[in-house]
Amino acid sequence: MSQRGELPAWVDIGLIPLLNLAVAFLVAGLVVLIIGENPFTSIWILLSTPLSSLGGWFNILYYATDFTFTGLCVAVAFHAGLFNIGGEGQAYVAGLGAATPGLLLGGILGAVLPHGISQPITLLVCLICSFAIGAFYGWFPGYLQAKRGSHIVITTIMLNYIASSLMVYMINMVFRPVGKMAVESRGIDDAYIMSAREIGRAVGVKIPASPINPTVFLALITAYLVWYLLWRTKLGYEIRAVGANTEAAIYAGIKPAKIIMTAMAISGGLAGLVAFHEVLGAQHRLVLDYVQGAGFVGIAVALMGRSHPIGIILAALLFGLLYQGGTDLSFANQNINRDMVVVIQGLVILFMGALEQTFRPYLGMIFTKVA
Amino acid sequence: MTTPAIELVGIDKRFGSVHANKDVSLSIAPGSIHGIIGENGAGKSTLMSILFGFYQADKGEIRVRGTPVKIKSSTDAISHGIGMVHQHFMLVDTFTVLENVILGAEGGRLIGPALAKARKDLTHLAEEYELDVDPDAIVGELAVGLQQRVEILKALYKGADVLILDEPTGVLTPAEADHLFRILSTLRSQGKTVILITHKLREIMAITDQVSVMRRGEVVANFATKDTNVGELAEAMVGRSVLLRVEKTPSNPGEVVLEVKNLTWRDKKNVPRVDNVSLTVRKGEIVGIAGVSGNGQSELLDVITGIAKATSGQIIFEGEDVTALNDPRILRERGMAHVPEDRHHRGLITSFSAAESAILGWQHNPAVGKSFHLDQKAVIEQTRRQMQEFDVRPADPFLKSAKFSGGNQQKIILAREIGSNPDLLIVGQPTRGVDIGAIEFIHRRLIQLRDQGKAILLVSVELDEIRSLSDRILVMFAGRIMGERAADVDEREVGLLMAGVQEAA
Amino acid sequence: MDLSILPEILSSTIRMSVPLILACIAGLWSERSGIVDIGLEGKMLASAFIAAAVSSLTGSAWIGLLAAIVVSICFSLVHGYASINQRGNQVISGLGLNFIAAGLTVVIGHSWFKQGGRTPQLEGAARFQSIDFPGREALFSMDGIGPYARILLDHSILTYVAIAVVPLSAWVLSRTRFGLRLRAVGENPQAVDTAGISVARLRYQAVIIAGVLCGIAGAYLSTALQTSFVRDMTGGRGYLALTALIFANWRAWPALFACLLFGFLQAIANFMQGAQLLGIDIPVQVFNSLPYVMTIILLAVFVGKSTPPKASGLPYTKDR
Repeated sequence: MSQRGELPAWVDIGLIPLLNLAVAFLVAGLVVLIIGENPFTSIWILLSTPLSSLGGWFNILYYATDFTFTGLCVAVAFHAGLFNIGGEGQAYVAGLGAATPGLLLGGILGAVLPHGISQPITLLVCLICSFAIGAFYGWFPGYLQAKRGSHIVITTIMLNYIASSLMVYMINMVFRPVGKMAVESRGIDDAYIMSAREIGRAVGVKIPASPINPTVFLALITAYLVWYLLWRTKLGYEIRAVGANTEAAIYAGIKPAKIIMTAMAISGGLAGLVAFHEVLGAQHRLVLDYVQGAGFVGIAVALMGRSHPIGIILAALLFGLLYQGGTDLSFANQNINRDMVVVIQGLVILFMGALEQTFRPYLGMIFTKVA
Repeated sequence: MTTPAIELVGIDKRFGSVHANKDVSLSIAPGSIHGIIGENGAGKSTLMSILFGFYQADKGEIRVRGTPVKIKSSTDAISHGIGMVHQHFMLVDTFTVLENVILGAEGGRLIGPALAKARKDLTHLAEEYELDVDPDAIVGELAVGLQQRVEILKALYKGADVLILDEPTGVLTPAEADHLFRILSTLRSQGKTVILITHKLREIMAITDQVSVMRRGEVVANFATKDTNVGELAEAMVGRSVLLRVEKTPSNPGEVVLEVKNLTWRDKKNVPRVDNVSLTVRKGEIVGIAGVSGNGQSELLDVITGIAKATSGQIIFEGEDVTALNDPRILRERGMAHVPEDRHHRGLITSFSAAESAILGWQHNPAVGKSFHLDQKAVIEQTRRQMQEFDVRPADPFLKSAKFSGGNQQKIILAREIGSNPDLLIVGQPTRGVDIGAIEFIHRRLIQLRDQGKAILLVSVELDEIRSLSDRILVMFAGRIMGERAADVDEREVGLLMAGVQEAA
Repeated sequence: MDLSILPEILSSTIRMSVPLILACIAGLWSERSGIVDIGLEGKMLASAFIAAAVSSLTGSAWIGLLAAIVVSICFSLVHGYASINQRGNQVISGLGLNFIAAGLTVVIGHSWFKQGGRTPQLEGAARFQSIDFPGREALFSMDGIGPYARILLDHSILTYVAIAVVPLSAWVLSRTRFGLRLRAVGENPQAVDTAGISVARLRYQAVIIAGVLCGIAGAYLSTALQTSFVRDMTGGRGYLALTALIFANWRAWPALFACLLFGFLQAIANFMQGAQLLGIDIPVQVFNSLPYVMTIILLAVFVGKSTPPKASGLPYTKDR
């Protein structure tokens, strides 16, 4: 596809996503208008309230942690040319990997080793298991696509629904202690990630209430590792080659089927880290639907961040802001439901993914005139 | 003189910097078969695309039966009685023959009546022109020859008086081709005009009344077919252009590096695109495969380099039978490098940086990183070195591959493949779309490689290049090796072999 | 399990199949023209909401249906614009529209009705009731025949519309000029283009038809099958419909049977609470997830042998 005049890189990476976001807000504003509210005040509340308190900032970071994981999940798959819509299910199922070692192993280790050692070891095992189960749940649709030609979009969406049924059964029937009314597991005390507030209390610093916990640093490290994987390893090179030009990849001696399955496994594993964060860091127990749509936000985050870890972190923060802002807005104005953010999310996906080219011709004209 | 059925006057067309048609004028007599012959890139297809309304000429006029007309789309062309049988058929594989014929000429909301009418007309046409096809057959299941008949029927059904056929026998067996000629003959006797675009001399001599020769965008000769011969045509086609002769000493071939025995590759329709090919390449020699594109050279290279799987036959590389290997990576590790014909779709990844393209295929080489790690510094270093050695401009490893000119892209690929110090280098179309300066450089480099004792298998549609570089020349046509010649062979002779004329026994 | 509930299950099967049939045929029209539509789910959801909302406000299910169709067509046009004019990624376009629908339905629903996204319960003319005919009560209460008569005759008009859509679509696709051209454009748009027919126009017509059918599907969900709209009430039906389409190899009549199969699976899930197989308690989740598991099995087994329209999902560009 030929363009009149090439656009400079900063436009491609920075301006166009911002333009798309602006249009998304424009449409969202229209919706707010339709339901009889003031779009300007609403959007102002949405964007500014979370930023106006420390607790708000912390919540943004808390959301961004999950969104970074799911954004990376979708991005790795994108680089291989695949749509992993199954991040939601992969993150959910991985909860089994986060909770089980904590519940079973943690007690045993805790009895044998001093607390300061058993906890980290248990947490490490939980981390590995979360990743592993998520990886399996991601590998499976990858296998179906590579070997059977089954459309990965549909299989991953189906697996999301199956994950939901599976986890409802597991949490209700297997993890719920006898006699407990709430549908959740017992508290996982042997694999406990302290929240920032609790850490603060331990050292005498007052920190506002928020589920934010040190896993946010894990998210940053993971983003770096994904960058490293994709741009500094041979596997990453092959993944990007398959996604960019499968024919050239075959010429280069790469086996596309193998790469597809590997990429999906990594992708699923990344989503699995959400389980580690939520089950052990925020909820401290296995509860129903702790993923709360993060898998889908990951799609928008990956698209906005152009599948690059730095962009993903920024987009994750943005969506963290939107999600916190959405909650704040719904409190400030009972009339506007939280799901307003889902609308913005959908608009971002639509514009970044399918209507991307809409602005290019106009920008091209502007830039060739200026040049 | 009767009014020409079609007259093209001063047609000129550019695509960017490519001057596809230079002031082309042609006159096509009614009730005749007029051939247009030329090599790839001569401008024949562009000219016919203009006649059929796919493109508009920048300058010039089209006259149908003496009247100037404006043809802005294929609908216009059809309304003037011009029909086209494309090289790549415009057929819906899942439809029946009847459904394909009536598409666009259904004549009403319900197709029932149109199908009935078409059925009658098709029977009529079949009788008149020997265009027998089962009207209810599914087009996708038909042999290629029959599919082509459907394309002809489509054009006739829409009232074509002038029929353009673009390289019609490229996908046909000789028997199917003969049947096609009979059909064309009948069409002519019924007063239809046929324009036949081809690069095959045999067809021209067999069926045409007039022939125009095109070369590099211009019409260089017009003959009455009965007044000329294949030799004259071959010479006009290939031209006496200045050869870029590279200085080279005679080769000193050593032991056999590559041996191909009775290699056959059949495509999905079971047509042998590589047909019982045998060849050898030795150390210190360049073996060139000449031939017009589409005669099996690409497929041959794909099979040898492990991208495609041979149907039968053997490939022996450095003494080992690698026929069943199917693994380009292992072949590279053993010393077989490959400069692919299609650099955009295969040779590079256009969205990658030059450095990343420069390791395509070699990403597992230890020089580029230990175990799973990619040593960025080493990659950039190596790329910079290669870029300097091969004079790639700009010598920027970080620049996106797509931003380099064709010649520089090709140099990046060459640097990459030659840089691996291979025992055998397979090269396809090394200078397609490359500027003169780069061509010279690339040619010298290949000779240098040969002199270092490497083996090179070269495929090119540029006869000059083949003759200039090769120590031995093999000519490929319709998937077969037509013959082997020494490098100093007469152009005419090669031209004949390339055009499918069998050598005298 | 006693057999007397069999007629009830069959009745329920037909009721559950209706939205699937409509969505599946919608997908058929779209994909046969070469446009992949992942957005069936979102269109159905948006239609379900609007139908229930407008029915509730106006008291007429028919006006609700009309509004649903209009809204669904709007979504289709956006998808069409993204896919045809902008040559965008059709899967992402559909996906984005699904999220937009999911969010909008709750936001607007909550704002209008203040029930957290639900719409009020519908009664009387605001619902599509089973068709009343003379002797209906008498027939249905007859011993033996009654329950079986209900299977075929105890449905709202939308059910019969859905079933009629199948032969109608098959007929239009195979017997009319429009159908011929539409099928051609999904296989080889270049052949259509060179025959002088507008590829874009055909594709837009296809997505609009898909919009109409999804509109009816959604309206059925909230005003016939159920009596209100609740958030995410489509529950993946749009994707099940897509699978049925693949399973049916993009043909109308096999699609009907595929949808009936899925409908059957959904129907028995309702009846299987506390069911036993070989003495083991089967959790209800197994039945709930049967359609989804079935989808994956079908995709794993059948996709390799399926023949989608050749040009499906590929943007058409005229450059040569």
